[in-house]
Amino acid sequence: MKKFNLKYHIVFPLLGLACIVMIACERGFSDDVDLATFPNTPDIFTDAPVGLTDEFFDSFDPAVGANTEGFSTDDSEAFAGTTSIRVDVPTPNDPNGGFIGGIFKDRGDGRNLTGYDALTFWVKGSTTATIGTFGFGSDFEEDKYAVSINNIELSTDWKKVIIPIPDPSKLVQEKGMFLFSAGTESTNGMGYTFWMDELRFENLGTLGQPRPKIFGGQDQTGQANVDTSVPVIGLVYTVNGPDGLDITVNAAPSYYDFETSNPFVASVDELGIVTVDGPGVDGDNTAVITGSIGGTPAQGSLTIEAVNINVIALFSDVFAEVLVDNYNGFYLEQNTLGGNVDEDGNEVITYTQLDFVAIEFYGRDGSEAEPIDATEMTHLHIDVRVNENVDPGDFVRFALFNNFTLPGGTDGSFTISSGELQANQWVEFDIPLSSFNGLGGRDALGALFTVTDNTINNLSLDNIYFYSEN
Amino acid sequence: MNIKKNIKLSTLQWCCALLGMGTIGVVAVSCNPDDTQVVANFNTITMQDEFDVDGAPDPTVWGYEIGDGTAQGIPGWGNNELQYYTDRPENVVVENGMLKITAIQEDFEGSSYTSARILTQGLFEQQYGRFEARIKLPWGKGLWPAFWLLGNDCAENPWPNCGEIDIMEYLGDDPTVVFGSVHGPGYNGGDSVSKEYRLPDARFDDEFHVFGVEWSPNRINYYVDDVLYQSITPETIADEAAESIDDSLLDNAGEWVFNRPFYIIINIAVGGNLPGSPNADTVFPQTMYVDYVRAYAAD
Repeated sequence: MKKFNLKYHIVFPLLGLACIVMIACERGFSDDVDLATFPNTPDIFTDAPVGLTDEFFDSFDPAVGANTEGFSTDDSEAFAGTTSIRVDVPTPNDPNGGFIGGIFKDRGDGRNLTGYDALTFWVKGSTTATIGTFGFGSDFEEDKYAVSINNIELSTDWKKVIIPIPDPSKLVQEKGMFLFSAGTESTNGMGYTFWMDELRFENLGTLGQPRPKIFGGQDQTGQANVDTSVPVIGLVYTVNGPDGLDITVNAAPSYYDFETSNPFVASVDELGIVTVDGPGVDGDNTAVITGSIGGTPAQGSLTIEAVNINVIALFSDVFAEVLVDNYNGFYLEQNTLGGNVDEDGNEVITYTQLDFVAIEFYGRDGSEAEPIDATEMTHLHIDVRVNENVDPGDFVRFALFNNFTLPGGTDGSFTISSGELQANQWVEFDIPLSSFNGLGGRDALGALFTVTDNTINNLSLDNIYFYSEN
Repeated sequence: MNIKKNIKLSTLQWCCALLGMGTIGVVAVSCNPDDTQVVANFNTITMQDEFDVDGAPDPTVWGYEIGDGTAQGIPGWGNNELQYYTDRPENVVVENGMLKITAIQEDFEGSSYTSARILTQGLFEQQYGRFEARIKLPWGKGLWPAFWLLGNDCAENPWPNCGEIDIMEYLGDDPTVVFGSVHGPGYNGGDSVSKEYRLPDARFDDEFHVFGVEWSPNRINYYVDDVLYQSITPETIADEAAESIDDSLLDNAGEWVFNRPFYIIINIAVGGNLPGSPNADTVFPQTMYVDYVRAYAAD
């Protein structure tokens, strides 16, 4: 019934049984072959764009609100030389678009960046706003080697930004020279200006201690049906900078070399897609997916278990979820705060000041959500993490409501006692639906309540789904 | 033994002198045509530990300081350091051709960290010469490794009078910088004579570098690899002592005390006045790798 340290469940519908393993023959290049090489020009902008497309600035799509008017160069501000790039960040209500961002693209076939270890530039703001994203490797084509850094706080003086290249040896032909995206989230909607200068790739030599991660650095476990797929998520890469401070970027999957421990169960491609290929042999139905960048092993893994189950998911990073009304009904009588949050690249539900709370999925206030017919399901799966000490007397009670809010509705509950919970650690529960005492039927489930009566104030939930074994 | 070290770092000056160091013999080239540098030649090897035998460090060369300094009368080793020094293989061992000194975060004898400090006191002591070690350093806030020399008469002639020559000190949150210092009467702690050396395009925690001094009767030259970055003379320290009003009241303020045998110390301190405490980003354990330690004397 209970397993420890399990998280991140993945189940997809059974699609087929055929499993084909293809093994390629690899041959080296003949000595007579001259491999094409591309220019290694480091500069992107000095006092003018260097080797970029005629557009210079290739905006995100105005249809999604990107403002194409706020980009220019400025001869009155420069970190070095005469001219800088000027970006006027619009207000959310600007008729020309409520945020600004886009890419700079190499005008040729791409550059060879294997000799560099970082993209660097100088930036200065009219105020100490926070820029959402800087990066490179996005070319609006494949974005295969995209790297981004989030939430860079501006100074009103020039400061240098360093964006490390996770594995420069991969960048033999890169067109995506630069990317930025900025809004007014940090300024309460007030527009501002920032300037950028001396934008180039550099070989600093002062970046060290690389620490790649997959799955946010966590060792996760999931179940999946054969012939289904799940992406490797939580891909981040941290290095220590010349000032002794860590720099963390989001790294595209193609920077990683992924491995599977058991090719009879699962494979993983260079885009980080894990596919369950078969049920395994000799009773071993698990495979461990790991990764590395430039020979440095990534922290975190996914142990995937090939299974054969049917699922209706309320909350999951990777399941197809049914539409729900909310992850916190915010009833007048409750004190509970919180809902779904992003945690190291994983979506989880976290509640604080918890007394009781509902996840509703019955069509509240005329929404599109529909009650769930779980007649064919046998279990509720749910991961629970207590984000505080577990004391004797603590409990978590889950209650399911059939025909919620309707006359004749029934409900049943199941209580987990303190001995089954762990402080700050995920615990996985598979609760038979027959154990929800009092639940009259389950053809129209409309709400899942979580109740602690204040015995546990801070609680996280993940991977909430109904399932049955095939 | 080293009581207080608040290092005053002088401005990094690029000395235009580069040394060819294929041999141990030394040539110094001055930045300024009016300067002349006196350089000694140290060609005779007097001590050499290549750390080729696995296990504990060679007991004929190395001993240990144990504890948190309380037994020595200086809790926190005089600097409010946080580590407890041990001689356990977890903290100090020779493996794969290297000496490894490892700082570990663990509760041990009332301290939150363990580490090691090894020394050649009573086993190898030498007056003048070239002292060098090839080292890869740890990293992270709160780590404070050092390769240094201490006068062999500190028991009778308490620090700073017995003299201290810090060949290499480094703070783990400044991974491109090392510094070299001397401490003595009227020039110690925050008023030591000290200078930093910064790698322009590399780090000290991901590759080995050679740290050395060449110590002659009236001069101590400091090197990182083949770069001479500091040259300390009796005049240098007299000037430093003169700037320190309190200490200049001492009878011997500014005295050149580097004219007796010194012994070698290698350690990693954790926390303390100079580096500050480790923080949440500090990764433990942290290891200092020493490929070799060598000493040379004049012909």
